[in-house]
Amino acid sequence: MEILKRFKDPHLARRIIEGLNAALGGRSLRVMEVCGTHTMAISRTGIRSLLRGRIELVSGPGCPVCVTDVADIDRMLAYARLKDVTVVTFGDMIRVPGTETSLLGERTRGADIRVVYSPLEAVQMAKNLPDRKVVFLGVGFETTAPVVALALETARQEGIGNFLVYSAFKVVPPAIRVLLEDQEIALDGFLLPGHVSTVTGSLAFAFIGKEYGLPAVVAGFEAVDILTALHRLTEAHDQGRSEVINAYTRAVREDGNPAAREILEKCFETVDARWRGIGKIPQSGLKLREAYAAHDAEEVLPVSLTTPPREPAGCRCGEVLKGKLVPPGCPLFGRACVPESPVGPCMVSSEGSCAAYYRYDRGEGRRA
Amino acid sequence: MCLAVPAQVEKIEGETAVVNLSGNRQKAMASLVPDLKPGDWVLLHAGYILQKIDEKEALETIKLLEEVYGNPEEV
Ligand code: SF4
Repeated sequence: MEILKRFKDPHLARRIIEGLNAALGGRSLRVMEVCGTHTMAISRTGIRSLLRGRIELVSGPGCPVCVTDVADIDRMLAYARLKDVTVVTFGDMIRVPGTETSLLGERTRGADIRVVYSPLEAVQMAKNLPDRKVVFLGVGFETTAPVVALALETARQEGIGNFLVYSAFKVVPPAIRVLLEDQEIALDGFLLPGHVSTVTGSLAFAFIGKEYGLPAVVAGFEAVDILTALHRLTEAHDQGRSEVINAYTRAVREDGNPAAREILEKCFETVDARWRGIGKIPQSGLKLREAYAAHDAEEVLPVSLTTPPREPAGCRCGEVLKGKLVPPGCPLFGRACVPESPVGPCMVSSEGSCAAYYRYDRGEGRRA
Repeated sequence: MCLAVPAQVEKIEGETAVVNLSGNRQKAMASLVPDLKPGDWVLLHAGYILQKIDEKEALETIKLLEEVYGNPEEV
């Protein structure tokens, strides 16, 4: 689609920046992006440093790998240690440190851990390995959970009983609510995750305006998308309009993708879940419903942890994920903690805030 | 992780589609988006088509932006 190229057009982007600057006047706004893909795009395109001093773009808990609780990671590692289990995961998880080791560490010790691009590959593996239990690590938000639910349906229909899912899936709106309740974070608005919204619809975020009086904009991922979203957010802020604006209409509808929401609802129920740095958030986790218990790793293969879960020493990911600390403000950033030998998950994941700042925004301020 | 990339549908075979992803042909599951046709642009996530990209909306967005900010290509 030829028109998609226009969303990358640097000339158009520059004009939007001029418009945005004019709209801002001398003020500055504090806006949180709640999507790891936005975090990366904002750093990579230079938008974060270009707007410094005018729009402070704070990264939130938008990187699924980063917000996964250490206890969940430790349980995933415990699965990897079971003799007759093959653990299958998206690549981002492989180097994330648990309390004692990582999936990569377990693999060097002989565990059978495989990386896939699609959960369907994991179903196929389960079919090919009938004597093993194949545990797929479910990490992600509303974008990814429906896709894994569909793969699970495929396994059920084909009678592949050894395909199991460990669900650490989470939903985004309850986390945003927690941040809004926290007076210390003080935001002027949100840049909403485009691909989560593709599934949930923009209306899933209407509570931000209705209950908290702040504007929020659903944004796409190209420079023009992000800048337009920020301009519209600034205007809404000016005019005191606290509403959800959809600036990614080519992919997001008000009601999202009904088929995806339906399969999500069919397979999962919401439960309380722990997020790294934030703690327990009511109704923010997705657990497989009872009808799927035969494929729920937690039910079929309960594991217990031998050591109490512990955060990596000195790592301040928890504060980074709440927008309370800018990555360069962590004493380990760029010293003990670099992408080649990361200390915490925010430096491991390709869309973690620390990784994004390390690659593109090393000079950013030290305070949130 | 919520990365979804644009691809173009080449063929539909029941619940499966063949899509072209920057020149690479691959299979994708089409069950989340009804009424797909060859030529449609879609967002692909973890082997599944997540949503159709609405070309009309894309054109309108750009048109609107050019009205507000001017068309940089005309200068
Ligand atoms: S720089 Fe490293 S140690 Fe510091 S918060 Fe980020 S991931 Fe954790």
